[in-house]
Amino acid sequence: MATIIDMPKLSDTMTTGTLVKWLKKEGDTVSIGDMLAEVETDKATMELESFEEGVLLKRLVSDGSDIPVGAPVAAIGEKGESFDESSLKRKGDAKPTGEDKADDKEDGEKEADREQQDATKKSSEPSDEKKPAQEGKPAKRETVSEEDTESASGERIRISPLARRLARENGVPLEGVKGSGPGGRIVKADIEAVLQQGAPAAAQSTTGAPTAAVTGGQIAEEKDIPVSNMRGTIARRLLESKTQIPHYYLETEVDVGHLLETRAAINASLKDLPPEKGGAKLSVNDFIMKACAEALRRVPSVNASWEGDKIKQHPAAHVSFAVAIEEGLITPVIFDAHVKTLRQISAETKDLANKAKNKKLKPEQFTGGTFCVSNLGMFGIDRFSAIINPPNAAILAVGGTRKVPVVTEDDDFAIGHRMALTLSCDHRVVDGAMGAEFLAALRDLLETPALMLV
Amino acid sequence: MPQLTYRKALNEAFAEEIERDENVVLIGEEIAEYNGAYKVTEGLHARFGDRRVMDTPISEAGFCGLGIGASMLGIRPVIELMFWSFSYVAFDQLFNNAATVRYMSGGLLNVPIVVRGPANGGTNVGATHSHTPENFAAYTPGLKVVCPATAYDAKGLMKTAIRDNDPVFVMENTLLYGQKWEVPEEEYLIPLGKADVKREGSDVSLIAHGRCAITCLEAAEKLKEEHDIDAEVLDLRSIRPLDQDAILETVRKTNRAVLVEENKPFCGTAAQIAALIQEHAFDHLDAPVKRVSALDAPQIYSKPLEDEMIPNVRRIIKAVQEIT
Repeated sequence: MATIIDMPKLSDTMTTGTLVKWLKKEGDTVSIGDMLAEVETDKATMELESFEEGVLLKRLVSDGSDIPVGAPVAAIGEKGESFDESSLKRKGDAKPTGEDKADDKEDGEKEADREQQDATKKSSEPSDEKKPAQEGKPAKRETVSEEDTESASGERIRISPLARRLARENGVPLEGVKGSGPGGRIVKADIEAVLQQGAPAAAQSTTGAPTAAVTGGQIAEEKDIPVSNMRGTIARRLLESKTQIPHYYLETEVDVGHLLETRAAINASLKDLPPEKGGAKLSVNDFIMKACAEALRRVPSVNASWEGDKIKQHPAAHVSFAVAIEEGLITPVIFDAHVKTLRQISAETKDLANKAKNKKLKPEQFTGGTFCVSNLGMFGIDRFSAIINPPNAAILAVGGTRKVPVVTEDDDFAIGHRMALTLSCDHRVVDGAMGAEFLAALRDLLETPALMLV
Repeated sequence: MPQLTYRKALNEAFAEEIERDENVVLIGEEIAEYNGAYKVTEGLHARFGDRRVMDTPISEAGFCGLGIGASMLGIRPVIELMFWSFSYVAFDQLFNNAATVRYMSGGLLNVPIVVRGPANGGTNVGATHSHTPENFAAYTPGLKVVCPATAYDAKGLMKTAIRDNDPVFVMENTLLYGQKWEVPEEEYLIPLGKADVKREGSDVSLIAHGRCAITCLEAAEKLKEEHDIDAEVLDLRSIRPLDQDAILETVRKTNRAVLVEENKPFCGTAAQIAALIQEHAFDHLDAPVKRVSALDAPQIYSKPLEDEMIPNVRRIIKAVQEIT
């Protein structure tokens, strides 16, 4: 008898998933752990793993379709078995996608209701889908949706009620949290440890990052382009940010002459060495990330979030940076950047940017940032202002390095190097003077990069 | 502060209440001339005479019924059962009549009796003499149930029980009668329904009543010394009324609960408390609620086996370790 594989809930806010590409054909043998398909969620592209073994009897959806969480995507059974699609009627109430994107939370509840009805219905129906062998298997647990206790791969997470509550209240994603309780249960101490390390303090933070997408190419033919999950998220969150956060902007210009010299000197000695011998090639952006972390340490009030009835002061500088990718953009996070060296920041940035481009970032790698850097210098932009990435209180927009004529102290002309920085601030959290103080700290660090050594 | 045995503390409670209220009388088997099977009423007959301290025939149904009837007319009998196991002979009087008279009479009649005696195992007296019926009694609407763990609690709770206008069943423990605790000389009362934190702790809550609270205190010391686990011990003192607030408060504090009782596990007192905790403090639990009860069997006669049958320090520590 065939087992139906449903669209799993692969992120905490996921309501639908796009089946990007099937990795198995009908008739293929499937083992437990095999990847059935690639699924794009609102946050990342992930693989749909099989928890069943047998033969892929039927693909119920085609490449590119949007599937609500919990709706059937495939049937797996024994070789030679026939599969009757009409046995899926019970899923008839699973709505087609598109209409339930408005509010994650509400949707989650609706989803749960619907799934509960589903489950109830199932148990009262002596239908052939309800077979004992299926019960208790991770893939099927989706139908009783316990969003907090499942990992992205659909496996049940053992967690105490208290730890679950703490994780939810503090936005700690449970993926990757190691349980220290009996049988590997995640307990309060584990969540507290995560919080102490200052990791994801806000799961609601996101993909949706605040710079304009990079465009190029020619005028194209007229067509309707479907809104991908990522594009939908970017649209929703940036609209929220720009309409709900009272933005204001502070601009300054930084003399990056010393920074360029320092960078050249470091790279001259390190860039040809293999990594295991300490080789590295630092970018200007690496210095900016490092300087931001240090400036946040000096002016911590900028490293905060507006939470309605209170302002949350974050204990660590988790600096994210915007990476343009094919579908949009994403903001991976350098956690605890304030205690990392330039070399560490540089290596992590490269690694995260690569993962972002290959859509291999895990949710915990792009949530939880406390400040964001968007750099369009490499695209030849002199200066721009960015939209704040909630729940951050500020974002730094970095322009390119320009050679400019400068007047020296003895009234002569010389060639100088300048870079424009624009800080967008949430006025509810960061007042003008405070923002200026932060920007001044940042300028000091960038103009005297030796300060970053201490 | 003077150190008194649990037995002597109860004895003082009776003497003080007999002196305070002319309606207070003690009745039971061999409590007067023989000074009580466990000597709890020692000296009281000599001091207060036949009218206040009275021996009865060996007929629990008879003298419990006598006490209940007398109480309806204003007497405040304190009825001793040599063992609470013998209450089963008087089950109809105690669990049917005493519990329901106030309700059945539309509030016209009260039954201000105290029924008391030891209810415990651990003394190698066999299956028919080792019952712990606090769960039966607490199950019965109309009855109050008190299980003191120390001499101080025994005296303060007994005095309150005697002054209460409803039937109060006080379940004592023969293993505690000879143990000494500090008891103040001045008069004091302990309200029913008020649990007592007997040891502050932060890692796990041991919730118990009667002698098990004392066993929990020993276990807590050992947990601290040998395992660096800081246990809080909450002594319920009365099962009904039950101090729900104190139970929930300690669970919310430590996030872990081990319920310890000499009841058998099936429908035991701890089953009720576990239900209460999961309903009202679910989101505060960092581990499943654990129970350490007597083994689910008739009381074992063999002493070494009986010592394992009822909760002991080793079993409590094991349960704590399973959830920490």
